[in-house]
Amino acid sequence: MDYQIENISPNNLEDCTKCTICTVYCPVSAVNPDYPGPKKAGPDGERYRLKNASFYDKALKFCLNCKRCEVSCPSNVRIGDIIQMARLKYDTRPVSLRDKMLANTDFMGTLATKFSPIVNTTLKMPVTKRLLHMTMGIDRHRIMPRYTSETFDDWMKKIAPSQDVFKNFVAYFHGCFVNYNNPKLGKDFVHIMNAIGYGVKPLGKERCCGVAKIANKLISEARRDAKTNIRSMETAMAKGWNVLATSSTCVFTMREEYPHLLGIDNTAVRNNISLATTFINKLVSDAKVKLVFRDDFKARICYHTPCHMQKLGWKIHSVSLLNMIPRVTLVPLESMCCGMAGTYGFKKENYEFSQAIGQDLFDNIYRAGADIVATDCETCKWQIEANTGMRVENPITIVAEALDWEATRKANGLT
Amino acid sequence: MKYDVIIIGGGLSGLMAGIKLVKRGFSVAILSAGQSALHFYSGSFGLLGKIDGHEVTEPLQVIDNLPHNHPYRRIGIDAIPFLAEDAKMLLAEAGLTFTGNHLKNHYRLTPFGTCEPTWLTLTDYASCVHPKKMGWKKATIVNFKGYRDFFPNFLQDGIKANGLQCDIAEIDVPEVTHMIKDFSETRATSIAKIFKGKTLDTLAACINRAAGKSDVVFMPAVVGLESEQPIRQLKDMVIPSLMCVPTLPLSVCGYRSQICLRRYFEKLGGVFFLGDKVTKGFFQDYRLKEIETANLEDIHLRADHFILSTGSFFSQGLVSTPECIYEPTLNADVLQTQTRIDWCSKNILEPQRFMEFGVDTDENFRIKISGHAIENVYAAGSVLGGANPVQEGSGGGIAILTALHVAHSISRFAHIIQRIDQFNKE
Repeated sequence: MDYQIENISPNNLEDCTKCTICTVYCPVSAVNPDYPGPKKAGPDGERYRLKNASFYDKALKFCLNCKRCEVSCPSNVRIGDIIQMARLKYDTRPVSLRDKMLANTDFMGTLATKFSPIVNTTLKMPVTKRLLHMTMGIDRHRIMPRYTSETFDDWMKKIAPSQDVFKNFVAYFHGCFVNYNNPKLGKDFVHIMNAIGYGVKPLGKERCCGVAKIANKLISEARRDAKTNIRSMETAMAKGWNVLATSSTCVFTMREEYPHLLGIDNTAVRNNISLATTFINKLVSDAKVKLVFRDDFKARICYHTPCHMQKLGWKIHSVSLLNMIPRVTLVPLESMCCGMAGTYGFKKENYEFSQAIGQDLFDNIYRAGADIVATDCETCKWQIEANTGMRVENPITIVAEALDWEATRKANGLT
Repeated sequence: MKYDVIIIGGGLSGLMAGIKLVKRGFSVAILSAGQSALHFYSGSFGLLGKIDGHEVTEPLQVIDNLPHNHPYRRIGIDAIPFLAEDAKMLLAEAGLTFTGNHLKNHYRLTPFGTCEPTWLTLTDYASCVHPKKMGWKKATIVNFKGYRDFFPNFLQDGIKANGLQCDIAEIDVPEVTHMIKDFSETRATSIAKIFKGKTLDTLAACINRAAGKSDVVFMPAVVGLESEQPIRQLKDMVIPSLMCVPTLPLSVCGYRSQICLRRYFEKLGGVFFLGDKVTKGFFQDYRLKEIETANLEDIHLRADHFILSTGSFFSQGLVSTPECIYEPTLNADVLQTQTRIDWCSKNILEPQRFMEFGVDTDENFRIKISGHAIENVYAAGSVLGGANPVQEGSGGGIAILTALHVAHSISRFAHIIQRIDQFNKE
């Protein structure tokens, strides 16, 4: 008998058994009655849309692409991808100026860092916030990220010669946040890698990973950026360098969304792209490098799992790394969406839902009574900082603070 | 990364074994590819409800009548009472309280109004000692206006057949109407997310109004998503006795059980990898040395012992092709009939042979690959062959008891090894 053994369909659409498990794990359906939920928006709706594009439901824009439906699916259906693909394919409304501005993190960042003192002051003013709220639809409750005056790129250029002394190298995909808003995180990363014997090289030509452009339907721009990034990563790989990032979302986008949503083949570089905490934890657990910590760094830290980190399944690495610090008490937080989802939470129409989604997380953080919240995602950081007043840091920054630099360099045979 | 025990499959069986082993001091990691079939849970765990279509009153008395390769026969009649007591205690520690015991079946009320023999029923779900001794005179069934996953008329017929008076009342809770725009996409769990805090007061008032002079109210199980606390609060506010009846899935108590067990496991120090899948096992001398997973890639997971609790067909613990049924994770041997024609009966209501198919093990629940037992890999739960859980009403019991039995075996084995090591040192 001649038959097809495996069920083959785009994003495993046909593997959906209609079990509805995804619906209970969707953070949006829980707060927004207008959102049809992952099952109906995803595989169910797709069947209709395949028949006739007019079945496309505008409410799919409420999906914040957290992929928690996919993590919960027992049948391996890429529900989130089905929904995002439908948005890209069927939502033909033109992209608004606001969405273009939010999505072009590279362009806006370059511009803003040039005039950072003015931009930062202006963005803080209530009148600006009201103006942005009314004219552009950027919610007035949001605190806009601060821009730095010296980009991380510029700093890297300055210190480039110091990186050549090492025997091993990694390429660093800094991402927009480190480059324009928080170069300190990038510097922390470089210092840690140096202390364990690795030189850090810039990726060469680096563009935004594309997550914001994908979310705002700027697909041709996202594809162009992705292709540039992949070329740069191929060059790095040819030199034997791993490509590391400090944002779980950048890593996730380049590994998973490039092939699934942008249709870009990344097989040549995919396994070479990793998160800094994953890479370092592996080096330490394989006893290839040593980290020595200070005795006087004492903190109660809770770790928040960003949605894309949950999907990557690498929480264990960040948590293990933090657990290595002797006087740190790690308080686990239940993994749930913070509601920010990149540019999603900045939009006026999403603000209320964004806050409602994050509420349980904020409550849990209050209850945890920690000194610092650790998380691998910058937009989770903004959301948690704004809603809890807590200090939120990338695990890399915490490790950098706790590290005994001298002793670590010595332990790794450096002087 | 290295653990003492790695459990593949994070449903009822995997979590029960995990909790037991962490409590015994083992380092344990559970890998779970997606969520489990526990989300379809009825609110009751059956031990042994029926044999050859006949109702069982005292399960322990008839276990010896089961076939030799039935999981209960392998656990052994002597061990079952002890494991069953242990299970009830562990579940309570995780925040799940039950009525019932292993000595004598009680009855759960099904959504069709019939009564089925069972072992443990969650305290918020409707159950009785015997269908003819329900203990109430007049019942009211309440349902939410527009809610489609609950069938009051079936329930009413069944309850009336047991000699009770029974009315149906539709209630309209403003918070539900506000949040729910489309009832065709509304599951019990969607409603349960609404009922916390103040909304419970409104619900209680609606139920009290609808109940009139009834001494019992049956309602669809839509309260208590993350813990038993909201349903307890509601019960305190409702004047008559309040009993939940299962709805169509997703099941509120299923989600609750999954969450409570997983949180308890993590609280004890267990590591839970959600959404990860074993892609390859590395064997040496009939032992599983390490596994590779989809997310962790080249960072392999090593362990002294492994438990395979990947579930049945729904969870893809077993996969069926037109020719055979296979176990996809480690390619363990599967008990099955040779010819496909024997897999099923033409009458859907008759016992179906394929339900008995599953992983073949040795006497100690160790899996076999090409006939060879793998020394350190045990199977537990519905991935096991040799039982027909639907016909027997034994799914929950097998999942829990085989898991605890395997956990005991691992713990005993490790203890012996420790003793030998100690002896050698001395």
